[in-house]
Amino acid sequence: MSTIDLRTVSITPLRQTFDHLAKRMGGDKPASRYQEATFDIQPVENFQYRPTWAPEFEIFDASRSAIKMQDWYALKDPRQFYYGTYTLARARMQDTAEADFEFVESRGLFDLYPAECREIALKFYLPLRHVAWAANINNSAVAAYCYGNSFAQPALFACMDQLGIAQYLTRLGIAFGDTDALASAKKAWLEGPEWQDLRRLTENSMVVEDVFELFLAQNLVFDGLLFPLAYSHVENALTTRGGPLVSMLTRFQSEWFADNGKWVDATVKTAAAESEDNKALLAKWTCYWRDRMAAALKPIAALALGDQAEGVMTEVVDQFNVRARKLGLPV
Amino acid sequence: MDMKANKKLGLKERYALMTRDLEWDTTYEPMDKVFPCTSYEGIKIHDWDKWQDPFRLTMDAYWKYQAEKERKLYAIIDAFNQNNGHLGVTDARYLNAVKLFIGAVPHLEYMAFRGFSHLGRQMVGAGPRVACLMQAIDELRHYQTQIHSISNYNKYYNGMHDFANQMSRVWYLSVTKSFFDDAYTSGPFEFMVAIGFSFEYVLTNLLFVPFISGAAYNGDMAAMTFGFSAQSDEARHMTLGLECIKFMLEQDPDNLPIVQRWMDKWMHRGARILGVIGMMMDYMLPKRVMSWQEAWEAYYEQNGSALFNDLARYGIRPPKVGQLAAFEKEHISHQLWAGFYQYGALTSFHTWIPSDEEMDWLSSKYPNTFDKYYRPRWEYWKEEAKQGRRFYNKTLPMLCQTCQIPLLFTEPDDPTQISYRDTEYKGEHYHFCSDGCKEIFEHEPEKYIQSWLPAHQIVQGNSFNPGTDPTAPDFDVVGAVFQHYNMQHGRDNLDFDGSEDQKNFAAWRAAATKN
Amino acid sequence: MSNAFIAFQKNDETRSIVEAIIADNPNAIVNEQPGMVKVDVPGRLTIKRQTVSDLMGRDFDLQELQIHLITISGHLDETDDEFTLSWNS
Repeated sequence: MSTIDLRTVSITPLRQTFDHLAKRMGGDKPASRYQEATFDIQPVENFQYRPTWAPEFEIFDASRSAIKMQDWYALKDPRQFYYGTYTLARARMQDTAEADFEFVESRGLFDLYPAECREIALKFYLPLRHVAWAANINNSAVAAYCYGNSFAQPALFACMDQLGIAQYLTRLGIAFGDTDALASAKKAWLEGPEWQDLRRLTENSMVVEDVFELFLAQNLVFDGLLFPLAYSHVENALTTRGGPLVSMLTRFQSEWFADNGKWVDATVKTAAAESEDNKALLAKWTCYWRDRMAAALKPIAALALGDQAEGVMTEVVDQFNVRARKLGLPV
Repeated sequence: MDMKANKKLGLKERYALMTRDLEWDTTYEPMDKVFPCTSYEGIKIHDWDKWQDPFRLTMDAYWKYQAEKERKLYAIIDAFNQNNGHLGVTDARYLNAVKLFIGAVPHLEYMAFRGFSHLGRQMVGAGPRVACLMQAIDELRHYQTQIHSISNYNKYYNGMHDFANQMSRVWYLSVTKSFFDDAYTSGPFEFMVAIGFSFEYVLTNLLFVPFISGAAYNGDMAAMTFGFSAQSDEARHMTLGLECIKFMLEQDPDNLPIVQRWMDKWMHRGARILGVIGMMMDYMLPKRVMSWQEAWEAYYEQNGSALFNDLARYGIRPPKVGQLAAFEKEHISHQLWAGFYQYGALTSFHTWIPSDEEMDWLSSKYPNTFDKYYRPRWEYWKEEAKQGRRFYNKTLPMLCQTCQIPLLFTEPDDPTQISYRDTEYKGEHYHFCSDGCKEIFEHEPEKYIQSWLPAHQIVQGNSFNPGTDPTAPDFDVVGAVFQHYNMQHGRDNLDFDGSEDQKNFAAWRAAATKN
Repeated sequence: MSNAFIAFQKNDETRSIVEAIIADNPNAIVNEQPGMVKVDVPGRLTIKRQTVSDLMGRDFDLQELQIHLITISGHLDETDDEFTLSWNS
């Protein structure tokens, strides 16, 4: 066979794509790798048995949420991530993060960092590794129990991303000098009065049963309030006072929030546009979790920002409301 | 200066900080409400911290290495497709193994993705949670790279065009579907024994050696590449499966009988499914890697004995299936191919009679059984086909209530007698292919009476398209089922001899060798 | 004694890795197959980072094994410097 030049053969394909994709595209034309990887892969019929751990549901069951969609594949990821594009995108981000950590460590930049900023950084950022862990748990539930693969797939990506974030924050703690800092931060997370509202809220979210509500609470609301506070306001305050060290070591988080937000926004917007019922429910959930999260963030904002915290939190919530309204939610 | 502290941390300590140290015991919500699934199976865990992490990959390393794998993989797939690599396979019959693959395997991988996401949510300890999540995202990778690699074949050959819908409908695909649905609907520890241990650790070599080496032997660079690339993830999954078994057995002696029963069950179910691989190896690959019997002996009997000898210190004995398989390894591939040959009008791949040369190969590989039991059948069917009477069985077969394979396997002590088992439950009669499948049913009848058996569903009228009238005088059951399956009669099914694939492949290959 | 084994995709990197295994495990048995190379060692198989690094002429991180692995058999223990597969019996 090796003597034959197969490239020179010009043959006409019998078909351009798989039937389920031709049906979605309204005709037989070549599909993208995102489409091939994403659509109609989750089984929807003829399930063999009910889960012994949740016999009230089918294996995949749209009634795990009160949100109703005519077609769950209307929820799409605008980044068109499938595994290959996802890992390549994250590998690029990790290359940058790696270089940043390397640079900071090799130049001894920690030695030059003001002690007062260092203390804030450790006190404020390190307990957030547990918040990211909770986010990882919540998104693993979305990936496991949501309906439709175009929803499950980006949920698992976000789940793994939050684990990555928890690990970058851990690394920040280790890089700042000692594992004791991680231990103190964990103690603060478990016992420190400033952190208890937030911990209670994350634990409450872990037992939310409606899978879309859980997605919304975690990805739109929790992240939507926490990330601007932590990776914009607190980070800027530290940069002003002590230079961009923490900024460099949390760059992954800032970039990730912008990136993940594209998926979150598209998902919420599409679900809200589907029906008035969806919209009302999403708005109700958003307000409920927003108010609790905003309250829970206040004491930790104060840890980092002192008397500016109040004003910053108002700004964060205002910006969040603008974002939510853009997605069609009357909040 | 303490800034150097991170340099002193070893891989294990560092990994512990990156995973376990992130978790905490919830207090605002009770732990058993946050993690409600890990006690009802009866497995006792006293200390989740005793879990040993075998591979210690943090996400940054995961992204880095996996991206490198993906870059390589897609470069090869692109090159293979651009160069009409499909015309380089040994023989168009090979493509039928690819059709069977895309019918069954991406769906299994998909269920593994969702199943491990579920375990990644429910496992209490951070160690197993993180390992399960990494496996979840790997499984997502696998079904995607499989579809991407096979996508180009679908453009030129029949039988693959509607795999996404067929996975939940077609009679023989309910065998694989019921296997994974069974694991998925089990508790998390049983899922680990089913998939992590029995499938990934013990049986994976049997699955991938024929597929990957088979692809390599038969010139399928695309399948070989995704196969090898997927296997590089499997090594991680295998260690997770083995670790979970050790963890359960070390946590409490009461776990032993439960784990042993799951091993018996899942090795039996796994071996049932892998019979199809045997059929592929012995009949479908134009260029053969090794016989099914040889593969079973090398990868189950020898390799498995290392494992089970090792686990004996916990009181584990080798799974029961070993005895059945010791007989079946000389029969199962022949019986299955004969089954598919008969039902070749209702498959989305082609079937055929082995050539004389291939029958001689089978005689040499199966000296005790082929000439005695199976060659005469093929010779008979060959003669029938020559007379224009290619045999197609148009009856609906009786299916095993557990594994859902038609009752076509024979008694362990008599290869001329079909093995039937049956039982009564709540006034209904249930049928099985083997003692193993019957035992599985009897242990959990409420689960297996739910089975969605394709033959029953056809009889009950559930496998026709809307608008079909089964009471019409000229009603053609098989035709109606075929429509529901969205198979194209005369293109996707029937004998390879005379098929469109056969003609096209020959014509395209000829075009490549002439001006 | 049962064999611990490991198999890799065949390429330039794994050539050095296999060479390192042979150097550090005197009883290693190498089995070449299409596209793949499998190494068996009775009881215990060890891959040493330093040996691989020396053979490759660059720093080698044992986690890079991830890229090339096909299958393994045996209990795994991994540190910064050694990757070990073993059977107890």
